[in-house]
Amino acid sequence: MKLQDKLINSFEKFGQSLSGSETDSLRKMRTEGIEVFKNLGFPTTKDEEWKYTSLNKCIKRDYDFGAEFSLDIRSEDVDRFLCTGIDSYKLVFVNGVFNASLSNTTQQDKFFVSNLKDAYEGNSELFNQYYGTIADKELSMVGLNTAYAQEGAFIHVKAGAVVDKLIQILYINSDSSRSMMNQARNLIIAEDRGEVQILERHQSLSDEYVFTNSVTEISVGNEANVKHFKVQNDIDTASLVDSTFVKQGTKSTALVDTFVFSGELTRNNLHFEFTGEHAEAHMDAITLLKGSSLVDHHTFVDHAVPNCQSFQMYKGIYDEKSKGVFNGKVMVRKDAQKTNAYQQNNNLLLSDFASIDTKPQLEIFADDVACSHGCTIGQLDEEALFYMQSRGIPLKEAKAFLMFAFAGDTLKNITIPELKEQLVNLVARELKVDLELN
Amino acid sequence: MTEEDKLLEEVTSAEYKYGFVTDIESDTIKNGLNEDVIRLISSKKNEPEWLLEWRLEGLKKFQQLVEPEWANVHYKKPDLQSISYYSAPKAKKTLNSLDEVDPELLKTFEKLGISLDEQKMLTGVAVDIIVDSVSVATSFKEKLGELGIIFCSISEAIQEHPELVRKYLGTVVPQSDNYYAALNSAVFTDGSFCYIPKGTRCPMELSTYFRINQAGTGQFERTLLIADKGSYVSYLEGCTAPSRDENQLHAAVVELIAMDEAEIKYSTVQNWYPGNKEGVGGVFNFVTKRGICHESAKISWTQVETGSAVTWKYPSCILKGDNSIGEFFSVAVTNNFQQADTGTKMIHIGKNTKSTIISKGIAAGESNSSYRGLVKIMKGAENARNFSQCDSLLMGDKSGSHTFPYIEVKNKTARIEHEATTSKIGEDQLFYCNQRGISTDAAIGLIVNGYCKDVLNQLPMEFAVEAQKLLSLSLEGSVG
Repeated sequence: MKLQDKLINSFEKFGQSLSGSETDSLRKMRTEGIEVFKNLGFPTTKDEEWKYTSLNKCIKRDYDFGAEFSLDIRSEDVDRFLCTGIDSYKLVFVNGVFNASLSNTTQQDKFFVSNLKDAYEGNSELFNQYYGTIADKELSMVGLNTAYAQEGAFIHVKAGAVVDKLIQILYINSDSSRSMMNQARNLIIAEDRGEVQILERHQSLSDEYVFTNSVTEISVGNEANVKHFKVQNDIDTASLVDSTFVKQGTKSTALVDTFVFSGELTRNNLHFEFTGEHAEAHMDAITLLKGSSLVDHHTFVDHAVPNCQSFQMYKGIYDEKSKGVFNGKVMVRKDAQKTNAYQQNNNLLLSDFASIDTKPQLEIFADDVACSHGCTIGQLDEEALFYMQSRGIPLKEAKAFLMFAFAGDTLKNITIPELKEQLVNLVARELKVDLELN
Repeated sequence: MTEEDKLLEEVTSAEYKYGFVTDIESDTIKNGLNEDVIRLISSKKNEPEWLLEWRLEGLKKFQQLVEPEWANVHYKKPDLQSISYYSAPKAKKTLNSLDEVDPELLKTFEKLGISLDEQKMLTGVAVDIIVDSVSVATSFKEKLGELGIIFCSISEAIQEHPELVRKYLGTVVPQSDNYYAALNSAVFTDGSFCYIPKGTRCPMELSTYFRINQAGTGQFERTLLIADKGSYVSYLEGCTAPSRDENQLHAAVVELIAMDEAEIKYSTVQNWYPGNKEGVGGVFNFVTKRGICHESAKISWTQVETGSAVTWKYPSCILKGDNSIGEFFSVAVTNNFQQADTGTKMIHIGKNTKSTIISKGIAAGESNSSYRGLVKIMKGAENARNFSQCDSLLMGDKSGSHTFPYIEVKNKTARIEHEATTSKIGEDQLFYCNQRGISTDAAIGLIVNGYCKDVLNQLPMEFAVEAQKLLSLSLEGSVG
């Protein structure tokens, strides 16, 4: 049976297994979600938004879902993928299920960090107020996620609160006997003037195929500040479709940084919407690919109100048979005067077999705006390489230095030193150079 | 009301100045599209069998295709069965001098400011005039004939140079290329044909004026331009249409072939009727233009688009030969309810191929202007180079500007640069001009002309003057 039919057919049974434990409103949402998925199916390359990225390979496989997976895991296996040397709150999910013993949650007056399922049981009012209201319900992958999602991170920051530590969300897939499909769902609420920083990572430990369909909803209140970092350094049998939706209030700041190093197929849908004026959105990404990995960054920034700013900086270095896609869309609606939208996409192709497809889009309906995008595809500057070689730096190091400098811009918004160091080291390792920056 | 608002008011209230109907008796066939109509067109034009076959093939392809909907334009689809596919003025059979041309027609051209006499005497431009699909006057033909240059209507070329037409027709834009190209292949009635022999530099600018005249007729011209090895030609195309309330369809196909080391410069000034202030009427301009460059050849498209209710046009270059060059320079002005979705495709296949794209969009009133372009670097295109710049200027807060650039790169040696900006005329710029005694009116003119300069500079002198006039007509009151 095709995966799509299997997902549609299994829904009823899944619903029955939950009956009694969930409210009617959540139940209704699930049913609506599966309806959307039933109508649209998995996106295909005929769909303009998926023109360059085919899910065919991923959806042809057979995945187990709903089955009981082994939950045993050693804490050493988990620690390797966490940002270490820093005190943090942790939410660890093993094969899609929250693992309390490996996690470090908190429930304080000012904020709490917990599993979505627990949060739902204790805070149904808050949950109902936000859950499913930020994500675009009309998308088939979101519909599918809404239908099946049960576990994920729930972070709530109350008005004026500042979360004192980094929050790390880690999804580990460890079952070595079966292919797995996951529906991860995160809900992050920062109320007015709240501040929080989050690191998210998906990681497979076995060679079995894993297909993760993740949806994250982030609500940023007035004058709040949310930073969300994503590290995508999974193995070659893991695919990820990540849809993140951010809704920003007046004078708020939101940042989503994405660092991609591997994975079979990674699709990042990033959707920003402004509901209040003077809000600021930042999107930065580094993509360093090898092998036959494919990464597709899709951003959509919706300037619906005046005086907001958005900045996008996407840098990509593609080697071997890897493929990169960038589609950045900035929409400035009629009344969104004084909008400032900037988008930059720079790419380096290192191999004859690598390719890049990029489509920076601007759709502008207001006249008093400053919107621009720039996009380049090229190679390292021969003269700069020659200059460095003439001063005794070997070609390989010279190249790595230049590439590091090329990608380095995107690290500027990271304010946690430990996290920055770890990411710098990851970039350096990918570029195979000892930068001796420590 | 501020000065600027007043100007915008004037801009948005500018009426189309070329709206008049020439009273010439026309020979029009019954509305509708089917095999019989195509056989009738073919027999009326006394065409050879192979061309009829080719047309029928086009009709077959057309019937398999559906009207494209991906463009960022919204309009009521034209009913292709209610169009007459052939309309020819009943002109005298042979014309040796201008005296023999219908005086009514000559008046039309005078109103357009392109009186043949004046053109002949003052500018030395050879003009091949097409009124409702049939070429009625050709000048300077003999002079060009001495150099071996063939410049005539495509119907004439079919009769007199069938081997050339047969060899190249449909090689750049095949019948099955797209919906409107297939339609054109089936029903084209006339157009221009040009052949420049090896090593010849065409001594004058070749020029064609198109007019849609008969009410309810669509125009389906087919232009075929072949520049043989090492030759050079500059070709001008200008279009106007009288005011009509119903939307008229214009689905032309232009094919350019630049052989090794040849250079073609193709300039268009388009001001088909854009519809009135309420957005009623106007021409649908669905044109397929494409050129192929062989080794070291160069094709340069320049267009100034000020007219049409809906424009859907992507002049493209296939850079097949090594070291070939493609260029695209465009100014698209939309006003009132006009919609334009225009841009280019640069397909790099050969090594060391280069392309440049400069696109300037100006949207005023409640119009929408889109740039849609593709830069594709194929695997074997070593050292390909592209530079693209698309700028948009918005006038008034009811207009919209969109950019949809597609960049696909499959070779690591490619160097691609793309940049786009959207802005309005800065208050500080206007203030600066005012401060130096330049009225707001003149200042806007200066700024818009400066903004479009990169493109206007590419036009041949005769056309640059006309293009500036057209810019002023379209944005009347805001361009000095």
